[in-house]
Amino acid sequence: MDLLNAVVQVLDSTIRLSVPLLLACLAGLYSERAGIFDIGLEGKMLVGAFAGAAAASVFHSAFLGLGMAILISVAFAMVHGFASITHRGNQIVSGVAINFIAAGSTIILGQAWFQQGGRTPALQSGERFESITADTISNFLANYSFSSADLLASIRGLVLYLPALLFDALARIPGFGPVFSELLLGHSILVYFAFAMVPFTWWVLYRTRFGLRLRAVGENPAAVDTAGISVAWLRYRALICTGVLTGVAGAYLSMVQTSGFVKDMTAGKGYIALAALIFAKWKPVNAMFACLLFGFLDAASIRLQGSPLPVVGKVSAQFMQALPYVLTVILLAGFIGKAIPPRAGGVPYVKER
Amino acid sequence: MAQAAIELIGINKSFGAVRANRDINLEIARGTIHGIVGENGAGKSTLMSILYGFYQADSGEIRVGGKPASIKTPNDAIALGIGMVHQHFMLVDNFSVLENIILGAETDALLKSSIAKARSELDRLEREYGLEVDPDAIIEELPVGLQQRVEILKALYRGAEILILDEPTGVLTPAEADHLFRILRQLKEQGKTVVLITHKLREIMAITDTVSVMRQGTMVATRETKKTTVEELAELMVGRRVLLRVEKGEAEAGGVKLAVKNLTVKDSRGVTMVDDISFDIRAGEIVGIAGVAGNGQSELLEAISGIRRAVSGSVMLDGKPIDLTGAADPGELRDRGLAHVPEDRHHVGLVLAFEENENSILGYHDDPRYLKGPFLDIDAITADARDKIEKYDIRPANPHLKTANFSGGNQQKIVLAREIEQDPGVLIVGQPTRGVDVGAIEFIHKRLIAMRDQGKAVLVVSVELDEIRSLSDRILVMFAGRIVGERGPDASEGELGLLMAGVEQEAAA
Repeated sequence: MDLLNAVVQVLDSTIRLSVPLLLACLAGLYSERAGIFDIGLEGKMLVGAFAGAAAASVFHSAFLGLGMAILISVAFAMVHGFASITHRGNQIVSGVAINFIAAGSTIILGQAWFQQGGRTPALQSGERFESITADTISNFLANYSFSSADLLASIRGLVLYLPALLFDALARIPGFGPVFSELLLGHSILVYFAFAMVPFTWWVLYRTRFGLRLRAVGENPAAVDTAGISVAWLRYRALICTGVLTGVAGAYLSMVQTSGFVKDMTAGKGYIALAALIFAKWKPVNAMFACLLFGFLDAASIRLQGSPLPVVGKVSAQFMQALPYVLTVILLAGFIGKAIPPRAGGVPYVKER
Repeated sequence: MAQAAIELIGINKSFGAVRANRDINLEIARGTIHGIVGENGAGKSTLMSILYGFYQADSGEIRVGGKPASIKTPNDAIALGIGMVHQHFMLVDNFSVLENIILGAETDALLKSSIAKARSELDRLEREYGLEVDPDAIIEELPVGLQQRVEILKALYRGAEILILDEPTGVLTPAEADHLFRILRQLKEQGKTVVLITHKLREIMAITDTVSVMRQGTMVATRETKKTTVEELAELMVGRRVLLRVEKGEAEAGGVKLAVKNLTVKDSRGVTMVDDISFDIRAGEIVGIAGVAGNGQSELLEAISGIRRAVSGSVMLDGKPIDLTGAADPGELRDRGLAHVPEDRHHVGLVLAFEENENSILGYHDDPRYLKGPFLDIDAITADARDKIEKYDIRPANPHLKTANFSGGNQQKIVLAREIEQDPGVLIVGQPTRGVDVGAIEFIHKRLIAMRDQGKAVLVVSVELDEIRSLSDRILVMFAGRIVGERGPDASEGELGLLMAGVEQEAAA
């Protein structure tokens, strides 16, 4: 039972740790599939995290925080678009610049506004996204009643009623119930959002007109142009998707995983997400598995720190911390075979003479 | 004559200082096939891009079906029933045929209904015009002939009444080109108007009803095809009389200069591109290798010139082997008298950012003639470059001009001058006249024949069958990495065409 507990705990933190990676990875997928390399995922997450925590603590609203995170992150994505689509600048340089601006401006503004050494004030209850637990659900079920007086709220509740009932039933199954509550419950709404984005992104890419054009513009923008579609506007829309998702990823970091912004809190997650994107060969479902794998490595390293391992004995904490990155390098170097990026990736579109 | 499908009136277009189109007037009759010929840079493609809304004319008027039209984007052109098949196909390689067809012409935000509609519409077009193609095939897995058919289907799917084809046969085998022409005739019978842009005069004669000739941005003449000749058109294009087929005497072949034996070469993906090939080239003869692009000719050239690693086999130059490990020293090969004019002059033959004089000694820059102690002797190099410019009529005659500013034909002359003037025993030339104008083709052919007459061994690889037939003393045909036949210079085009398509493989083997 002890082992089971340990496994469940590691898997649980795998989910928590892979969410920001997954959101950033899908964000990168939208832009890179459209032919815009985006090394600035890191920076957009960081400004999203800052804007989210700052707005949430000032306005005392988690949802206003999330909205602000998305808004600012999209604004940064548009800067990237202005440089690399409209002015055909180098996409890598523009992305790096965004990362630098994000790292610097969040500290400066944070210090100027809150005087806490670049941090934002710790978020109180209601200012951050709470976990949905078995208790939340049973409370919801107990208190739910259909009332014609508050029709809108009632209908909104009705939509949640069935899933809640299902979750509640599952959580009560003897033996399986606790595992279930630990793994599938106890997360914030953003976690469910992130995983729901995987099939949604797949659907958008392969079943909608926007997705068809998005994939086409990343492969051969000239074909899109001659078909009478604006290459620039299409790429801007892709970057808006990117901005929204990095904004949510940032909000998750500062409003769910912790309660408040700390400088450089993305700590390279944007780059790991890019690695996961390549690992996933730019496909949404693959991206989920890649991010879960990276999340698992991270979770395992935290879990195994300081505890003795069979055969090798106690391993230093630094080694365990480095492990995910070492494995990333090995995986990327050896195991994925040839990853073929979108053909027009990184190349600004210029009409030929 | 029926009402005009398209009228262009006083079209002008400049790119910076270059006037690509000057005061162009053109009338294209409905239900005809109208050819537009001209040398590279004559402004044909620019004119058609204006018609398709890719560029905006600086001034002038376009009328479609008698009504003045404003064509600002390809969308406007499509709405007016103008479709275009570009020289470089505008297809997404890893999409299916259906996905490419509906791109930009989707019915609503979800794909399902668009796909269903395209599927039934393709079925109809297939029955009506005989344009069959598997709707679910992935573009990159289709041969170029079928890819082009997808481009035509794309235009027809969008309701094109006027179809513009830009250099459509450049990538096709003779058989595929014939098939294309049959399709175009059928389109014409159905009342569609076809505009064919090409620099191949034979095609113009074979298929068009009317032909317009462009030269240096102006429209110099429009003729009824029946009432003109290839010679007249060539003269109109170049502005002077041109020899279309260079005169040459009998070859006096001597001893073997280059011997290729059982050569096998694989490409970077491990696919066998050159499959156990053997042949000899003797002094004083030109051997031509014909074939559709992509049948291993490039890899063969690269292996012989020591750039690409060969898997097995040997190449002997004057009886001594060439290093085929891919680590050959190109300088050493040059010293041994092997000169190479690569297929791709932009990436392999020249440094476009260099001045003309630098490119004209590139690879021979260690020659003491160009050195003063450890330094380059700029005066000697410039004098040498001026010499070559005069001998090869390279224009503009400025050895200090950046190479990128020369036209394709003149760039090719720079490479040829560099290699031929080193007086090599063996000259290997890939696509000697790709992207080169009619006038320069004549010059280059004369130079290569002069090399032969001096007793040099020349290997020419070209996808232009006319060129191979006009130059070669012996013709080898490559198909799928093998030499599928050897013919004399008098072999008929049809016979070579079949070999190139791999049809007579058994008979030839």
